[in-house]
Amino acid sequence: MTLLDRARASTTDAVQHGRAARARRRRTVIVVLALLIAVMAAVSLMAGRTFYPPADVIGVILGQDVPGASFTVGRLRLPRTALAVLAGLSFGLGGVAFQTMLRNPLASPDIIGISSGASAAAAFAIVTLSLGATEVSVFAIVVGLAVALLIYLLSYRSGVAGTRLILIGIGVAAMLDSVTAYVLSQAAQWDLQEAMRWLTGSLNGTSWPQVLPVLVAVAVLSPVLLGQGRNLAVSQLGDDTASALGVRVDRTRLIVIVAAVGLIAFATAAAGPIAFVAFLSGPIAARLVGPGGSLLVPAALVGALLVVVADFVGQFAFGTRYPVGVVTGVLGAPYLVYLIIRSNRSGGSL
Amino acid sequence: MTRDHTLVAADLTLGYGDRTVVDGLDLAVPPGAVTAIVGANACGKSTLLRSMSRLLAPKGGQVLLDGKQVHRIPAKELARTLGLLPQSPIAPEGITVSDLVGRGRHPHQSLFARWNAADDAAVAAALEATETVALADRPVDELSGGQRQRVWIAMALAQQTELLLLDEPTTFLDVSHQIDVLDLLTDLNRTRGTTIVMVLHDLNLAARYADHLVALADGRVHAAGTPAEVLTEDVVRAVFGLENRIIADPTSGKPLMLPLGRHHVAGAVPSLAGDVAGLPPQGAGAATVLTVAGAVPDGALPSER
Repeated sequence: MTLLDRARASTTDAVQHGRAARARRRRTVIVVLALLIAVMAAVSLMAGRTFYPPADVIGVILGQDVPGASFTVGRLRLPRTALAVLAGLSFGLGGVAFQTMLRNPLASPDIIGISSGASAAAAFAIVTLSLGATEVSVFAIVVGLAVALLIYLLSYRSGVAGTRLILIGIGVAAMLDSVTAYVLSQAAQWDLQEAMRWLTGSLNGTSWPQVLPVLVAVAVLSPVLLGQGRNLAVSQLGDDTASALGVRVDRTRLIVIVAAVGLIAFATAAAGPIAFVAFLSGPIAARLVGPGGSLLVPAALVGALLVVVADFVGQFAFGTRYPVGVVTGVLGAPYLVYLIIRSNRSGGSL
Repeated sequence: MTRDHTLVAADLTLGYGDRTVVDGLDLAVPPGAVTAIVGANACGKSTLLRSMSRLLAPKGGQVLLDGKQVHRIPAKELARTLGLLPQSPIAPEGITVSDLVGRGRHPHQSLFARWNAADDAAVAAALEATETVALADRPVDELSGGQRQRVWIAMALAQQTELLLLDEPTTFLDVSHQIDVLDLLTDLNRTRGTTIVMVLHDLNLAARYADHLVALADGRVHAAGTPAEVLTEDVVRAVFGLENRIIADPTSGKPLMLPLGRHHVAGAVPSLAGDVAGLPPQGAGAATVLTVAGAVPDGALPSER
């Protein structure tokens, strides 16, 4: 072995070790997040106005008839917790996919109007058209995709620049939020509690028919999105570099947009636009995982954990019960301000 | 590694929207050589390069790699043979050098066959060739312009293609880093036989480093051949609209272009174009360069590296 070969071998080892260490850290983060979600879900199934021991909860999940618990856990808490996890996964995954694709943490669907579109559509479908859960989901996803397309076309000028898309998206979001507010102002007085869902996001009164479409969306769309993980990572190097590396950029972008908007729209139709979860999950996951490696799975898990914890806090930490979106909003708003201040300081693009 | 990949543009017409940038261009890239493309601003250099790596579909004519139209070759298959470093690639925020270089392995991976030892070895070799091993764990956004350019070249090297196209790889670099990059590409060409095609702004560096020089004007090849054949007073006048003198570069024997503007030109400069044409096309060895380097004023050699 020559000296040069030996040097080459040691560099290869270093490269290999660095990569293995990063992969280990990512795996650890994923396992810990999954465990935390399981623990928090279990706690939110057991705790409440009445406490049910783990044995009762497991009995209910296994389909046994447990007096009291069968209704409270089976009908009230289980669908609520399931929706919390599924919506969190959807928001986290859809959000980080957009942020990665557009190379900007501000480009999350809840900032650029896609959540607002789905939210306005769902509010309109429920309050004005009185549609059922599945129709509402379909309506929300169609409008969500239409809004995504609109923002894309409005910001298209020989390629899509991230900043322009974000600014147009914020404007579109403001318009759509006012549509939601108008629809709700026309709604009957007694719907007001329910109406909160479309402004901030809420899991109150969740029932199984609401959960099912989200479950199907997560089962179908998240594998599609995860399959694009490495294409997405390479696309971050810019369209030309990515194409030169053999990525079909337009195809990747189309798949990612449709799958991510689908996830966001289904979750929004069921739980409302739970504020800032899509926006926060990616950056939190990036902090946890460190540089390198795909953020899709960690961000999805962060989203689920955020929603489950925020819902639990909103229900039990204060005298009044707050919708989950109020809690995530309190967490997310300061981070949004921080991001804008930081990008302002560096004088760079958003 | 084979040297027989052919890359040919035949009657190629390119444009954006209604605007035609390249019009009926014919070009054959000599295999295993370093080709430099020069020309005035907006003459279609970058457009040509983008089309040769299939980033831009031709309006007419075709680009043929080994006789096959590049637009018909599957994306990943093409990316294993032909690499492109665009003019301003984007580094995602916070990405480390080794991770960025690792992305160059993308065309060698598939959904089922993921990262393996060959990928690690390719990344390591690319880091060593570009002398960026020490930077491997640093975030790319903390690097200087020269280091960053070396890292991008490392990414293109990790791709392990036998053809490498580079769009102005020396832009924004100071003179010593320009030379670093061009030396590195020459090493690559000589040790691995990689065919290199690069767009360069600096005519004199192009003449010194290229085996084959292509001058574009108005979307066509105005002249192509060895630097001595192409870098002549007539060609520079026709392509750039610039009065000039060509002398023999005393360090390399290649032609050296001296621009003649309206100011600071003291009398007639003797043209030595005839002498240059008589010189062998392959440049002088390193020894010649060293003996002359002493004559360069100290200030012209930046010490920072």
